[in-house]
Amino acid sequence: MNTLISRLRRNLFSGPVDTVITLACLGLVASLLPSLVNWMVFQADFTGSDREACQGSGACWVFVRTHLPGFIYGSFYPAGERWRLDLVFALLALAGFLLRTGPLPGKRVLRLLVWGSGPVLILWLFRGGYGLTIVETRHWGGLALTLLISAVGIGFSLPLGVLLALGRRSPMPVIRVWCTLFIELWRAVPLITVLFMASVMLPLFLPSGVDPDRFDKLLRALIGVTLFSSAYMAEVVRGGLQALDPGQVEAARALGLSRMRTLLHVVLPQALTKVIPGIVNNFIGLFKDTTLVMIIGMFDLLGTVQAALTDSSWLGFATEGYVFAALLFWAVCFAMSVYSRRLEARNKGGST
Amino acid sequence: MTEQPDADTRVMFAGVHKYFGDFHVLQDINLEIRTGEKVIICGPSGSGKSTLIRCINRLEEVQKGRIYVNGRWLSSDLRDTEKVRREVGMVFQQFNLFPHLTVLDNLTLAPRRVRGLSRGRAEELAMAQLERVRIADQARKYPSQLSGGQQQRVAIARCLCMEPEILLFDEPTSALDPEMIKEVLEVMVDLAGAGTTMICVTHEMGFARQVADRMVFMEEGRIVEVAPTATFFTNPDSERTRRFLEQIL
Repeated sequence: MNTLISRLRRNLFSGPVDTVITLACLGLVASLLPSLVNWMVFQADFTGSDREACQGSGACWVFVRTHLPGFIYGSFYPAGERWRLDLVFALLALAGFLLRTGPLPGKRVLRLLVWGSGPVLILWLFRGGYGLTIVETRHWGGLALTLLISAVGIGFSLPLGVLLALGRRSPMPVIRVWCTLFIELWRAVPLITVLFMASVMLPLFLPSGVDPDRFDKLLRALIGVTLFSSAYMAEVVRGGLQALDPGQVEAARALGLSRMRTLLHVVLPQALTKVIPGIVNNFIGLFKDTTLVMIIGMFDLLGTVQAALTDSSWLGFATEGYVFAALLFWAVCFAMSVYSRRLEARNKGGST
Repeated sequence: MTEQPDADTRVMFAGVHKYFGDFHVLQDINLEIRTGEKVIICGPSGSGKSTLIRCINRLEEVQKGRIYVNGRWLSSDLRDTEKVRREVGMVFQQFNLFPHLTVLDNLTLAPRRVRGLSRGRAEELAMAQLERVRIADQARKYPSQLSGGQQQRVAIARCLCMEPEILLFDEPTSALDPEMIKEVLEVMVDLAGAGTTMICVTHEMGFARQVADRMVFMEEGRIVEVAPTATFFTNPDSERTRRFLEQIL
């Protein structure tokens, strides 16, 4: 207790300026917090089933509650198949738990098999087939779709970004020029434009005999998001590569390690560890950018929330909808940043 | 004027020139080093000593002339180069240990990934080499947890795990605090006694006197003098060698 008080004194009241700043901040919080808490909790309505239940001056969480399945699973995902997405969420939670506890025991091949089977399983649950009813991608939506797009974007943009970063530093001019062009092109285009190109313009460029619907719209958006994000990732990774002491590569090569082995065992582990904050920064940015798929007519979490706002029997609850979406987004992003801090701490052992 | 290498030749430079841009860093180098020889290369800084030994495992390419190492002439062939590097160990001034790996993993990486040893076999070998440099108790630590002298001894052990036929030392004690130089030199004296061919760039003249068979003196990219150790220190041919020795002894 004593140490707590002394710590407070040292950190918050160590001088006149500190004291003034601390008091000013406390005052600001004290003036805003009560009304916020009142609105969100004490004067809010939680129970009921229609807008008649919301007569108070606080938030109407009934609105969120009645639309919750749509927000989570997407408004068009068949109700009878939602258990499949529940299973997906459970798998994601399991994956999160496994990442928390550190590397799985057992042989590396087995671990790769476990991690590799996850995405296949998730895709199967989403889409169906092989014994499950097929749910077409245009019926996917809500938080499930947001998570799917981000997971694909994150999963593919990192390896692609690593390849691009290596390519940009390649001694071979052809590879270097192409990678540089690719990165500069994708970085210079807004994501909205990319998504528009993928969904609206790509079909125009296809030869006349080809049916544009054969290329799934979601797939096109996924490719767009992934390529877009990989260009950013490439530059972050390149920063890590440049920060690496050239002596590391010399030592590895002098031991007879091949270029590939040097890359896998010496260069990448160090370069990627150095840029974990930048990588996670990109992941969080990507996660929030997925909301732009709304523009091309897909209903991700924010899209379903906005669609619900136009529900004629529930007009006027925009604030509740956006606050709910913001909280969910914040929760996921915060989880990512907590994981990144853990990862940094775990990898700290080696670095000087 | 260039002789042909024979069965006892470990390293031979034949008319080697190297440029860094316009800078002529190695000028007409001719030198043969034979099996089991300990050769010390000395000279003022910037004279091309480090560049010279970095050419032996092809960390540096040369523009003219040829270098013969352990049974083959070096070429741009990557596979040949990797073969040579397996047989030639190198110890760097800055240690260049892998900071993300434990001492043990630093030592087993190349034996496992290059020589294809199993983890168990590689660790056995690594522990034996750590014993040899008297640091086995630090096997589970990370390099950053060790002192400079300990790190350099680990780096030496890492080389030894590849069981090289030639050992190159590039100013191995120059980055060390004075009190740590001795522990590293002691290990190197031990190694010299074991019969491996050693080529060492160093300013430690006491060490040189103790282990070297021959001394090489370089200045401004040229080999000025090559002489048996005793002659080199007592009666050098060249006036420049004499002046250099006066300065550093």
